Amino acid sequence: MASKLRDLIKVVRSCKTAAEERAVVAKECASIRTYFKDDDTDNRHRNVAKLLYIHMLGYSTHFGQMECLKLIVSQHYTDKRIGYLGLMLLLDEKQEVLMLATHSIKNDLNHPNQFVAGLALCSLGNISSQGMARDCAPEVEKLLASSNSYIRKKAALCAIRISRKAPDLMENFVTRTKTLLTERNHGVLLTGVSLMIELCEMSHETIVYYRKQQVVPVLVRLLKNLVLSGYAPEHDVSGITDPFLQVKILRLLRLLGKGDPESSDQMNDILAQVATNTESTKNVGNSILYESVQTIMAIESEGGLKVMAINILGRFLLNRDNNIRYVALNTLSKVVSSDLQAVQRHRNTIVDCLKDPDVSIRRRALDLIYSLVNESNIRILVRELLNFLLISDAQFRPELVAKLCMVTEKYSPSKRWHVDTILRVMSIGGAFVPDDVPNNLIGLISANTELQSYAVQKLYLAITQDSQHQHLLQVGLWCVGEFGDLLVATDKPNDAKGDDENISISVSEVDVLNLIEAVLRDPLTTTSTKQYGLTALMKLTSRFSTQHVQRIKNTIDTYKSSIHVELQQRSCEYSQLFKWDQIRPGVLDRMPAYEKGENDMIGEVAAPTTTSSAPAPSSAATDLLGGMDMFDTRPGQPNNNRSAQPQIPAQPVQSGLDLLADIFGPSPTTSAPAPTLAPTSSYKPPAAQPSNNSVNLLGDLLGDTLAPTPSSSSMPLGADLPIAAAPAPSIAQNPNPSSASTPQLITINGYNKNGIIINFDATKPPGQAHLTAINAVTTNSNNFPIQNYSIQAAVPKHLKIQIAPASGNVVPGGNGGKVTQVIRIANSMQGQKAIVLRVKIDYTANGTPVTDTIDVSFPPSL
Amino acid sequence: MIHYILVQNRQGKTRLSKWYDPYDDIEKRKLQTEVHRLINSRESKFTNFVEFRNHKVVYRRYAGLFFMMVVDHKDNELSCLEAIHLFVEVLDAYFGNVCELDLVFNFFKVFSILDEVFVAGEIMETSKPVILNRIDQMDNLP
Repeated sequence: MASKLRDLIKVVRSCKTAAEERAVVAKECASIRTYFKDDDTDNRHRNVAKLLYIHMLGYSTHFGQMECLKLIVSQHYTDKRIGYLGLMLLLDEKQEVLMLATHSIKNDLNHPNQFVAGLALCSLGNISSQGMARDCAPEVEKLLASSNSYIRKKAALCAIRISRKAPDLMENFVTRTKTLLTERNHGVLLTGVSLMIELCEMSHETIVYYRKQQVVPVLVRLLKNLVLSGYAPEHDVSGITDPFLQVKILRLLRLLGKGDPESSDQMNDILAQVATNTESTKNVGNSILYESVQTIMAIESEGGLKVMAINILGRFLLNRDNNIRYVALNTLSKVVSSDLQAVQRHRNTIVDCLKDPDVSIRRRALDLIYSLVNESNIRILVRELLNFLLISDAQFRPELVAKLCMVTEKYSPSKRWHVDTILRVMSIGGAFVPDDVPNNLIGLISANTELQSYAVQKLYLAITQDSQHQHLLQVGLWCVGEFGDLLVATDKPNDAKGDDENISISVSEVDVLNLIEAVLRDPLTTTSTKQYGLTALMKLTSRFSTQHVQRIKNTIDTYKSSIHVELQQRSCEYSQLFKWDQIRPGVLDRMPAYEKGENDMIGEVAAPTTTSSAPAPSSAATDLLGGMDMFDTRPGQPNNNRSAQPQIPAQPVQSGLDLLADIFGPSPTTSAPAPTLAPTSSYKPPAAQPSNNSVNLLGDLLGDTLAPTPSSSSMPLGADLPIAAAPAPSIAQNPNPSSASTPQLITINGYNKNGIIINFDATKPPGQAHLTAINAVTTNSNNFPIQNYSIQAAVPKHLKIQIAPASGNVVPGGNGGKVTQVIRIANSMQGQKAIVLRVKIDYTANGTPVTDTIDVSFPPSL
Repeated sequence: MIHYILVQNRQGKTRLSKWYDPYDDIEKRKLQTEVHRLINSRESKFTNFVEFRNHKVVYRRYAGLFFMMVVDHKDNELSCLEAIHLFVEVLDAYFGNVCELDLVFNFFKVFSILDEVFVAGEIMETSKPVILNRIDQMDNLP
C-alpha cells in the first residue's frame, strides 16, 4: 500500500535541511519507480500524485510521463483526473511523448461523461502541439455544437489554441462563432467572444466577414443588456454585471470598428453610455472605462466622444491610485498622435509623474513626454528631462540622451541655449551621445561667430571639470584649438543678451596647454580624442604667442613613435609643418563655417538622402581620412537639420596667402558661400559626379587636388605646395572623352597679364546640355619659363565642378608650349543661370611667386 | 493571452505554476526566480504592473502570497487584476478561508480549480457559483 500523498508532504516539510529533503525525495522516487515497474494499477494515481508533488518541488521526474499516459486510459475518473493533470504538468508540446496521448484524448473527447470530455478539452487547450491540434480539430468542432454549455465553452477556448497552432484550420471555426453569440450562458458568451477576438487578430478577412454578418449590432445589444441590467447575483462584481464579458465585448468592438466608419457609427451610442454610466470608484469600473476609452480612440468615433475619452484619461491621471495613472499614461501615449492639443493640457501632471518613485510610471511618463515636446514648451521640458537624466537608471539613459539631442536640434529656441543644452547632455550622458551630435555642435559653433567666444569658454570649463566623456572632450578640444585665441583674450566680448550665464573666465595660454597635455596623457582618453588633441595643439601654434611653439613641438614629437598609426602620422606631419613657417599660419588658420548645406547637395546629386540614410560610409570615411580637420570642412554626416543657418564664413580673419580662403570664399553670384569643390572632390563614390563619365574613384580623389582636396590624406605636407601641385597624373587618369569628340563651342580669354595668356575653351558632350567641358590653355609669351604653375577654380552653388590634373606645371617661355587643364562643369540650372568661375592662378616668374584671381563668365546661352 | 500564472510566497517558493506556453524546465526555473526578484523589490504603493521581458506582469499580494499573471502588452491590466481576484475568491470559497498550507497540501485540487477558470490562456468562466458547483460535482464523482 503506497503511502499517502499527505504523508509525503508532511515528511518533506518537516525536513530541516536541503540535504535531508533530497534524501527523502530520492527514497520516495525509488519506491515510486518500483511501483511503476510492478505495474500497480490501484496505487498508480496516488504515486503519480506524489510524483507531481516532487516535480513541483523542482526535481526531475521524467520517468513518470508514461505513467500519466497509462492513467489517462483508465476507466476511473480519479485516475483520469490525475493522469491529465500529470500530463499538463510534466509534458508540453515540445515533447514527443505527447503524441502518444493523442489517441486517448481523442477518445475522451467523445466520451459521454461531460467531465471526462471536459478534462480532455482542457488538456488539449492547454498543451496541445500542432499535430495534436490538427488531429483533434474535427472533434472540437463537433463539440462546439454540443448541447452541453459546459462542453461548449471549453471547446471554444480549445478552438483558440488550435487556431493559434494551426492557423489554416481557423476558417472552420469562423462560421460557428456567430451561433455562440446567441447564447444566454455567460460562460459560452465569454469564450465565444474570446474566440472571435483571437480570430480577428489573426486575420483581417475575419473582421470583414464579421462586419458583413452584422455582428456589431448583436454585440451592441449584448453590451447594452449588461450595462442596463439590474443586479445579477451570479455575475456580479461590486455592482457591475460581468465586467469580464463587458471588457471582452468592448475589445471585439474595437477590432471590428477600427477603420470602418459604418461599424463605428453603430457603436457610438453604447460607447457613450458605457463611458458615462460606469462607476469609477472601484477597479472594476475603471477596467471597463479603460477598455472603452481604448476602443473610442481606436475607432472612427465622433469628436465629442473622443473628447469625452480624453477627459476620462485626464481624470485617471489625477487619481491617486498608481495603477490608474499608469494605465492613463499608457493610453495617452497611444492617442497623442491623433490629438496633441488635448494631451498638452495635462502636461504638468505628466511631468510630475516623472518624479514618481515607481519606475513603471516614470517609464510611461518619459515616453509620453518625448511625443509632447514642441517649440513652446521645449525649455521647460528639457530642463525636466535633464534633471531626470541626472538621476535616472541605466536602462533609461541611452534613449533619453538620444532623444534629448534630437529634440534640442529640432526645436531649440536660441543657439546659445542649444549649445548649453548639448553641453549639459554630453557631460551627463556622455557615453550614449549619438555620433553626429558632437559634429553638429561643432558645425553650429563654427557657423556662428558670436557664439564662438562663449562656446569655447564653456567648453573649456567643461573639460577642466570632467575629462571622462570622449565626445565632450573631442568637441572641447576642437573648439579650444580653433578658438584658442578667443579663449585667452583679455577682453572678452560681453554678450548682453546672454541668458543667466555671462561667464568671463581668465585663462592663460599655459593653462590651456597644460590642459591639453593632461588630456593627451590621460590613459582613459581614446585614440580619436588624442587625435583631436594633437590637431588642437597644432592650431594653437599659430594662435598663441611664439614662446609656446617649442613646447608644443616637443609634445607633438613624443607621438612620432606612437603605436597608433593615426597619432604617429599626425605627429610626423605636424612636425614637418614646423619647417614651413611661412605657410604654417595660413594652413592653420580658422576653419570656414561648416555647412550642412553642402552635404545635402551631395545628397541631391547622389540620391535624396535623409538623416536615417546618413550613410555609415561617410563616417567610416571620416575615420579613414583621420584628422583631416585642417582641410575637411565636413566632419560629420549629412543632417536634415537646417537649424544652424550657414553664414558667410569668417573671411576677414584670413590672411592673404591663405589658400583656403579663395576657394571657400563667397562666389560672385550667390550669397551663401558654396565650397562646391569640396563635395565633388570627396570620398563619395562616383555616383556623386554630375557627369556620366566613369571616372575612377582614385581619379576623383587625386585628380581634383587642385581644388584643395581633403582627400589627399596620404600626401605629406612636406611635399611641394601640396594643395597646388597636381600629382603624377599617371595614377589618376581622367579619361577625357568630351574634349576629343565634341565640337568646340566657345572660347573666352580669361587672363592676359604679365605675358601669361589663359584661354578657356568650352565644349559640350553631345546630348547633355547641362555638362560643359572647359579646357584652360595657358601660354607664356615671356622669354623665361614660369614654374610652379597651377590654377584653382571655384563655382557658385548651382554648378558642380571637377578639375582634371594639368598637363604640367611649367609653361615654357616664348609661347613655346602650353599647359592645358580640363575643367568639367555641370549646371543644375541650365538655361537659367550662366556658368561663372573664379579662378586663382599661382606661378613663379623668375623666382618671384605671383598670385592672381580672375572671374570668368560664360555667356548664358552656353 | 496569459502566458503563465505563478503563485509564490515572499521567500520565492512557487506554490503554483501554470504555463500556457512551452518553456523548458531550466527556463521555467529561471523565469520564476527573475519574476520573484522583480516583484519582491517593489513597494506596496507601486503599480501592480511591471514590464518584464516582452510581456507584462500583473500581480497582487494576498497575505503572504503573490499571485502573478504574465500577459501580453495589449491585454487590459485592470481586467487581469479582476481575474486574479476572482480566482482568489473562488479558492477562498472552496477551502474556506484559504491559507498557504491549503495550497500546499491540496495542490492537485488547486490545479483543477484553476482549469475551471482559465483555459488556453484566456478566462473561461466568470461566475463563482457556477465554478464552485462544477468542482463539487467533480469531487463527488467516483
